[in-house]
Amino acid sequence: MNKRGLVNVAASIISILLGMLFGFILLEIFNPSAALNGLNNILTTGLRTPEKFGKVLYTAAPLLMTGLSVGFAFKTGLFNIGASGQYTVGAFFALVAGIQFGLPWYVCILAAMVGGAIWGAIPGLFKAFFNVNEVITAIMFNWIGLFGVNLALNNMPKMLASFWGAPYKNKTAAISAANKSALLPKLGLDEVLNSPYINIGIFIAILFAIITWVVLNRTTFGYELKACGYNRNASQYAGINAKKNIVLSMVIAGALSGVGGALYYLSGTAQYVIEKTLLGMGFNGIPVALLASSNPLGTIFSAMFISYIQVGGDALQPQFAKEIIDIIIAVIIYLSAFSLLIREIITRVGAKKHALQENGKGADAK
Amino acid sequence: MSDYVIEMLHITKEFPGIKANDDITLQLKKGEIHALLGENGAGKSTLMSVLFGMYKPEKGRILKNGQEVKINDPNDANALGIGMVHQHFKLVEVFSVLDNIILGAEDTRGGFLLKKEARRKVMELSERYGLRVDPDAKIEDISVGMQQRVEILKMLYRDNEILILDEPTAVLTPQEIDELMEIMRSFAREGKSILFITHKLNEIMAVADRCTVLRKGKLMGTVEIQNTTKEELSRMMVGRDVNFVVEKKQQKPGDVVLSVRNFSVKSRVHKNDAVKNVSLDVRAGEIVCLAGIEGNGQTEFISALTGLEKARSGHVTLCGKDISKASIRQRSIAGMSHVPEDRHKHGLVLDYTLAENMVLQKYWQQPFQKHGFIQFGEVRRYAERLIEQYDVRSGQGADTIVRSMSGGNQQKAIVGREIDTDSPLLVAVQPTRGLDVGAIEYIHRQIVGQRDAGKAVLLVSLELDEVMNVSDRILVMYEGEIVGQFDPHEITVQELGLYMSGAKRQEVLL
Ligand SMILES: Nc1ncnc2c1ncn2[C@@H]1O[C@H](COP(=O)(O)OP(=O)(O)OP(=O)(O)O)[C@@H](O)[C@H]1O
Ligand SMILES: [Mg+2]
Repeated sequence: MNKRGLVNVAASIISILLGMLFGFILLEIFNPSAALNGLNNILTTGLRTPEKFGKVLYTAAPLLMTGLSVGFAFKTGLFNIGASGQYTVGAFFALVAGIQFGLPWYVCILAAMVGGAIWGAIPGLFKAFFNVNEVITAIMFNWIGLFGVNLALNNMPKMLASFWGAPYKNKTAAISAANKSALLPKLGLDEVLNSPYINIGIFIAILFAIITWVVLNRTTFGYELKACGYNRNASQYAGINAKKNIVLSMVIAGALSGVGGALYYLSGTAQYVIEKTLLGMGFNGIPVALLASSNPLGTIFSAMFISYIQVGGDALQPQFAKEIIDIIIAVIIYLSAFSLLIREIITRVGAKKHALQENGKGADAK
Repeated sequence: MSDYVIEMLHITKEFPGIKANDDITLQLKKGEIHALLGENGAGKSTLMSVLFGMYKPEKGRILKNGQEVKINDPNDANALGIGMVHQHFKLVEVFSVLDNIILGAEDTRGGFLLKKEARRKVMELSERYGLRVDPDAKIEDISVGMQQRVEILKMLYRDNEILILDEPTAVLTPQEIDELMEIMRSFAREGKSILFITHKLNEIMAVADRCTVLRKGKLMGTVEIQNTTKEELSRMMVGRDVNFVVEKKQQKPGDVVLSVRNFSVKSRVHKNDAVKNVSLDVRAGEIVCLAGIEGNGQTEFISALTGLEKARSGHVTLCGKDISKASIRQRSIAGMSHVPEDRHKHGLVLDYTLAENMVLQKYWQQPFQKHGFIQFGEVRRYAERLIEQYDVRSGQGADTIVRSMSGGNQQKAIVGREIDTDSPLLVAVQPTRGLDVGAIEYIHRQIVGQRDAGKAVLLVSLELDEVMNVSDRILVMYEGEIVGQFDPHEITVQELGLYMSGAKRQEVLL
């Protein structure tokens, strides 16, 4: 690895440690007697049992997808804050394909890609053709996506759990009841890890990470996208169609988020709940991407880390209230995303040290 | 008390792969204009950035009035009365002139800006030194010459006594240069000390008291201007004699390559057209120079010709093909290559490596691309050939991030990239802007070589020397119109000036 890469990794690790420190301080404030044990829980739960580890991998998959989505858009100079909406619409498309139409899982994933892509395309089109800031449109479409999906589900009785004999009217049907072929295959991993959560989702996500990396770093398409992101005028000068690339970038980012929604809800362990809050999975893609400096391969690790912390956080109950846990986890996650700042500091301190050493050597020589 | 206001003693500054400054000593007297001369990449900007607190040198000391000082950042420099105008300006594009000037040195009362007082001080300064600016104009709407005045006012506003000007004249018109030199002289008379970087030896001879010469990071010496000549300076700097006159054989132009008819382009600032009904031809084996004072429509004409902007009306034919409505990519395929006016805005992706930038117009062609995958081996091989051929100097060769390269070497990379194509037409705007005399000589030879090989060249230049030396035919543009056509052998610079300023005009028939 080159020096720049090393600094990136060091910065990520330092910011993670900082996040932990602040998390611990919060634990101390809310419940001093349980703080140490709480920190221990956060740090070790994910590896304590195979079952928990399975859960880490399971939530890492959708996080990885939304992280890729945000990171991909970043590279093109766009801030995709709409990952949440794309994720929701993707999940909806996947569930409709699976429950309403009884299609197998891989078709459901394709459907999710289409759904997410459409939801990403709209802010992209607005940005490219009307120069409307993608952040504003994407935030609007997060809400439109959420309520649109809720509205649609309320009018699709077959989609709801109640249709399939369960007592809930505010949840989608359990896939295992509605259409087993839509479940992501487990390949026997569930037995090896003795965890109901594990399936091939994480491998699909890693595959997407690798593909994304190749596209960005090895193809002419990636060259064009990054050129647009770094310097729009120069890319125009080079004959690159910036408008096309902005739209395409948002379409791909949306598709990646959409797949995230599919991976989460096709696992068979989660059901979509009709609620009035945006899904955090999309927003957590932002720290995942930041922590990895938007590098698709780095995103694999940052997604695992954040998923690990979240699983650890769940183990804080009942000593800590659910909301408190959310705050603590959020603090850790968001501080972890300070890696950019830390990177600056490392480079600066490094340069200073180097200068001091050199001066020291010079003095010795005299 | 020391004779010198500033002494930089034995400064060494290294970057990955290169010693940008190697044991350099520079002493600045009070009230002097001290020129800093050196080839592209010799380390001039680096040395000045060290003085301005942007880089920490590995070795060396800085004294002010004989006292050692520590300059850790530009704020320290400011506190010591040191101000700098950077080679590439550092202004906030969407802020007004006034806001840019006071930015970072705002006077406040109770947390509120005291803008009225600031405005008064700025107006007073601009009055006193003849630095006319409109304090309410936005930076993005004013010319580079104006932007530079803003940068200078910024230093004056901070009461700086030691002024560093990094290639201030590279972007100015000859008239603006004269004005700037006058302003510099008045600063010096008031006891301000000036460090002045330029590649133009005439300017050094005209205003400087002394000149320090660097070559490849090393100090070549400091000379009194009174006791030296242009030739000696250039020999000190590049280590050989430089030929200021371009050698070029007469040649009969061939077929028409580029033909522009009734071309009009809207202005970005006012309601009228910036280019009015312009028609011109450029033939194979001919260098046509579009001369004129900056702001007379050349920029708009070239933008529309190269497809960066839309023309309002008119036709462009390249090698017999109508490209009036073609995209930039289509124009490039049709045979147009373009050295853009603004190297940072259009010419380079600063965060890409040098190799990646060298294929900016070619990455999609064979052999740099196969089945949609970039062939990095080919890209590197090609880049290394251009780097070698055009003597593009940098710390890490093809892998250097272009942002870290010296301004002149960035320019050489662009010119090399655009000349090294098979395109029958080369459109070059200020191709030698910011280049050292050795590099200018080389680029001029290359451009003439292209013409001898049968290419058509449309050159836009504000440098009258360049216009007279390189071109086969001169077209003068004034207020968006072509007002004269000349053979450089049959007109004097003075007469050309009359046409450029609108005092004379002739009917130009194609
Ligand atoms: N921030 C940086 N990081 C790495 N290398 C740098 C950096 N700044 C300058 N260099 C290298 O140091 C050398 C000197 O650069 P500098 O900008 O001082 O040249 P210069 O004399 O101002 O040239 P020019 O006339 O082209 O402006 C160059 O080779 C450049 O590549
Ligand atoms: Mg420089």
